[in-house]
Amino acid sequence: MNQPLMVTAAQKAGPTLTTLAGALVLLVLLALPLLSLLPADNPLQVSAYTLTLVGKILCYAIVALALDLVWGYAGLLSLGHGLFFALGGYAMGMYLMRQASGDELPAFMTFLSWTELPWYWIGTEHFWWAMCLVVLAPGLLALVFGFFAFRSRIKGVYFSIMTQALTFAGMLLFFRNETGFGGNNGFTNFRSILGFGITEPGTRAALFFATVLLLVASLFLGWRLARSKFGRVLTALRDAENRLMFCGYDPRGFKLFVWVLSAVLCGLAGALYVPQVGIINPGEMSPTNSIEAAVWVALGGRGTLIGPLLGAGVVNGMKSWFTVAFPEYWLFFLGALFIIVTLYLPKGVIGLLKKKADQ
Amino acid sequence: MPTALYRVILALLLLLPLAAHADDASDFAAANNSQQAQLLESWAAQPAPARIELINSLQQGQVTVDGQVKTLRLNNRLRGLIDTALASHQLLATDPKLRLNAAQQLQKNAKPAQLKFLDQQLATETDSDVHTALSLALANLQLVDPDPAVRLAAVRLLGETGEPLARTRLENLLQPGVETDATVHTAAETSLTQVKRKLLIGDLLGQAFSGLSLGSILLLAALGLAITFGLLGVINMAHGEMLMLGAYCTYCVQLLFQRFAPGAIEFYPLLALPVAFFVTAGVGMVLERTIIRHLYGRPLETLLATWGISLILIQLVRVMFGAQNVEVANPAWLSGGLQVLPNLVLPYNRLVIIVFALAVVVLTWLLLNKTRLGLNVRAVTQNRNMAACCGVPTGRVDMLAFGLGSGIAGLGGVALSQVGNVGPDLGQGYIIDSFLVVVLGGVGQLAGTVYAAFGLGIANKILEPQIGAVLGKILILGLIILFIQKRPQGLFALKGRVID
Amino acid sequence: MLEPILDPNKDAGSSRDAISFGQRVEPGLNTRHGTILTLEDISVSFDGFKALNNLNLYIGVGELRCIIGPNGAGKTTMMDVITGKTRPSEGQAWFGETLDLRQMSEVQIAQAGIGRKFQKPTVFEALSVFENLELAQKTDKSVWASLRAKLTGEQKDRIGEVLHTIRLSSSAHRPAGLLSHGQKQFLEIGMLLMQDPQLLLLDEPVAGMTDAETEFTAELFKSLAGKHSLMVVEHDMGFVGSIADHVTVLHQGSVLAEGSLEQVQADERVIEVYLGR
Repeated sequence: MNQPLMVTAAQKAGPTLTTLAGALVLLVLLALPLLSLLPADNPLQVSAYTLTLVGKILCYAIVALALDLVWGYAGLLSLGHGLFFALGGYAMGMYLMRQASGDELPAFMTFLSWTELPWYWIGTEHFWWAMCLVVLAPGLLALVFGFFAFRSRIKGVYFSIMTQALTFAGMLLFFRNETGFGGNNGFTNFRSILGFGITEPGTRAALFFATVLLLVASLFLGWRLARSKFGRVLTALRDAENRLMFCGYDPRGFKLFVWVLSAVLCGLAGALYVPQVGIINPGEMSPTNSIEAAVWVALGGRGTLIGPLLGAGVVNGMKSWFTVAFPEYWLFFLGALFIIVTLYLPKGVIGLLKKKADQ
Repeated sequence: MPTALYRVILALLLLLPLAAHADDASDFAAANNSQQAQLLESWAAQPAPARIELINSLQQGQVTVDGQVKTLRLNNRLRGLIDTALASHQLLATDPKLRLNAAQQLQKNAKPAQLKFLDQQLATETDSDVHTALSLALANLQLVDPDPAVRLAAVRLLGETGEPLARTRLENLLQPGVETDATVHTAAETSLTQVKRKLLIGDLLGQAFSGLSLGSILLLAALGLAITFGLLGVINMAHGEMLMLGAYCTYCVQLLFQRFAPGAIEFYPLLALPVAFFVTAGVGMVLERTIIRHLYGRPLETLLATWGISLILIQLVRVMFGAQNVEVANPAWLSGGLQVLPNLVLPYNRLVIIVFALAVVVLTWLLLNKTRLGLNVRAVTQNRNMAACCGVPTGRVDMLAFGLGSGIAGLGGVALSQVGNVGPDLGQGYIIDSFLVVVLGGVGQLAGTVYAAFGLGIANKILEPQIGAVLGKILILGLIILFIQKRPQGLFALKGRVID
Repeated sequence: MLEPILDPNKDAGSSRDAISFGQRVEPGLNTRHGTILTLEDISVSFDGFKALNNLNLYIGVGELRCIIGPNGAGKTTMMDVITGKTRPSEGQAWFGETLDLRQMSEVQIAQAGIGRKFQKPTVFEALSVFENLELAQKTDKSVWASLRAKLTGEQKDRIGEVLHTIRLSSSAHRPAGLLSHGQKQFLEIGMLLMQDPQLLLLDEPVAGMTDAETEFTAELFKSLAGKHSLMVVEHDMGFVGSIADHVTVLHQGSVLAEGSLEQVQADERVIEVYLGR
């Protein structure tokens, strides 16, 4: 007799607890940049290393969330999100390189003995135009690719393989010196952003703060989408695309919208990642990076909003610990994680927690 | 007395080569770099048979003085001169093959001082191939002859060859201000056009061949995938690592031969084939039974899990063999090549791989279409439940089919080890291309895979010289995406009511 | 499968090459001559096998037509042709007098007013019964509209009505994946009702239903006929007998016989096909 009541109680307790925990995490994240500004001898001071590391992980969390929108909700597993992330990063990097080189050509171009900027660099000295590029480059690429892919109804693993090939092609392209993005080495040695020194504690704190804001905004956006009819159409699309078409919905438009949105979110995350980490190179486009993002989402729990954030945090936290403590074993661990998650945690950690809560 | 004197002189003369030998070696060892160069040039101009041994050892970077082996420090210029001198000496050899090689070598790097010697040799040469080669070498030198008539003859002779070197020589001659004689100049222009036309044919054939070669490699890489993906519906991202394991098996077999049967090392690839097949098939079957079997019907999860497997395999190999590439040597019967045209050599290893790839396709086709196992695999592919009801052991069939796919990848790995580097990342470079082959060819169709592999290989090699390897690849990816617009099911697809 | 060639005059603005964010094919269906569906000389072949062979079929407005035929007669292929999933290699397919089904995409056909229930019940398993009906309901189905959509009271009432009709009111908030086979059948029928199409194609709607449920479905279909046109493919002769006034027998991709159930059952050729040759 009591059972139904218990279930309702647990369900009621669930959201409250989640909200509390979420609020706490948010508070900590907002406090971190402030704490980093404290003098070095203060016991509460947060080091630049920690701030950069957490900032980096937050950028990855945004990528995970973006990937979850297309995979968890619409059932499109992209193995090419690293490309969008890197494109956003490169767009930001172009601005930073121009800031660093002043009126002259960026150093790597002088090294190649180029005499003038390639056309696609025009305007990148302006921050506002770089920001436009951050959105436009990944957005347009996703639009064109998605248009053709969804038009010919490429889905499932075919879609995954195509996206992987896309990011691989991107990587090859950016590795070339002639492409005009610094080849192998990419962009580094940034000096300032909007006139502020890039390594100054204040700039770091501001960038971190911006990342937290973007994460919260993406979370809110994802939440609104998931609760709208649009979100339900996506879920329906994932489970029974044919049925949806015979209901009169055109799946292409829905897929394309969420796909481009996801790509743009990735681009923004990349743009915040580059000034914090201080480097961008074609390695970011390697298929390995993109597929790793899929395991963040899978570990946390796809089709949920918190899961991907959790997954990105846990895996990247582990990574930075492992690669210092046991560099040899990180790949073994990561590989095992891929297998264990797919075999035993089909709904991720969040799914496991929910199951526990229901019992 | 005169006879006595005559005898002494004769004895001295007979001793001369030996003395010259001993002297040459010590002279060379004692000389400084520029003197050594002079020595070599003079030897090249006036070769003596007795000096061959010395020059051979010089080429190895060693010289024997008073029974002691000394190691020389040679720079590139000296190495080049040694090669020229050696070739010059080999023209005196009795074996026409050696003489031919020498003449070809001299076409590239003969020195003007050798002109007289080459002229003499040409006059006495009996073998027609060597004669032609030698006359070309001579013509190269005669281009700078002060007599315009000699130059004209040389230019005409060059025009009749299809040698890449003849083109450079003629182009050099046509540089403004080099050739002053108008007749020779015009003749050189005509000759150059002739040479270029001949070279073009060789280039085109060469591109077609490297396309076929790349196609056969793609085919070997993709064939196993076509089986696991096409028949079982399993996306095996660790497929590239099966190639890698196959290549490492070859490496291990090579090591074993070096240790235990150095005499038979020529034949190690033959033993590597079954070893690689069974090792990779075994690994594949273990993976299928422990991991993949739990994921049937969940292709995206399979993709992630097999990616995890591939990470583990790569790291395992790195820990066991090191992150560096390991050395897998071609046996003698796979090195070298078949000279078809002056600028077209078909390497034996690539020829063998093309034949091997086709043989593997035929065997696979026979296995799938003419055996009980093949029948079972096809039955399970079409209707798993029905097959199970008919008593087909579906679990076993899955395992064997997966093992077969992996084993074929292992065979591909053996082939790859003969043409490229063998390192832990070997498989990563092939996985995307193989998937594109399978996607393009259509799922479950061997014929489609064959056409797609060769098509992609040739397209790649045609585009490569025009726009570069990277842009070529990107263009091909774009073309595949566009192609799929028209034919979503690939080149060869079964049409039917039930598509989903 | 070849893409149909577009007629620039007819398809302007609704080209299936453009990703449409919301243009609908206006449902101004012209049924002047009383026929809602016209199939003429339709042929479909798969690698030499003719699934449909010069098929001719006319469905009248408000008619309830039953299609029977042995397995492999081409019933499902015919539905695929009508809904745009398969393109005929020959022949004409018209919805009303003006809409050429051969040139419309699946989505356009659905929006124009043809609803289809699959042989195997397909519902959106992760969504609740209520949400399934919500998605199916007749409304603007573009991306923008979906982003802003909010259910009006009227729409909620309509969903409630249908829930009541298909007897799933008590399961409204259960995930559809948890329903029984028969309930899923009803849910799919309910989704068709929400869609409010002019022509309903129903592929074996009573498979897996209990006798009571079958009887209820028969009542439901009879009440729909008149307002809608229905085309029902069914093997259950009892069910066919209880609803149909007009029966078409398909055999080897073309129409073998047509008429009332009694007429058809008396036909020599039909008996031969069904009882073996």
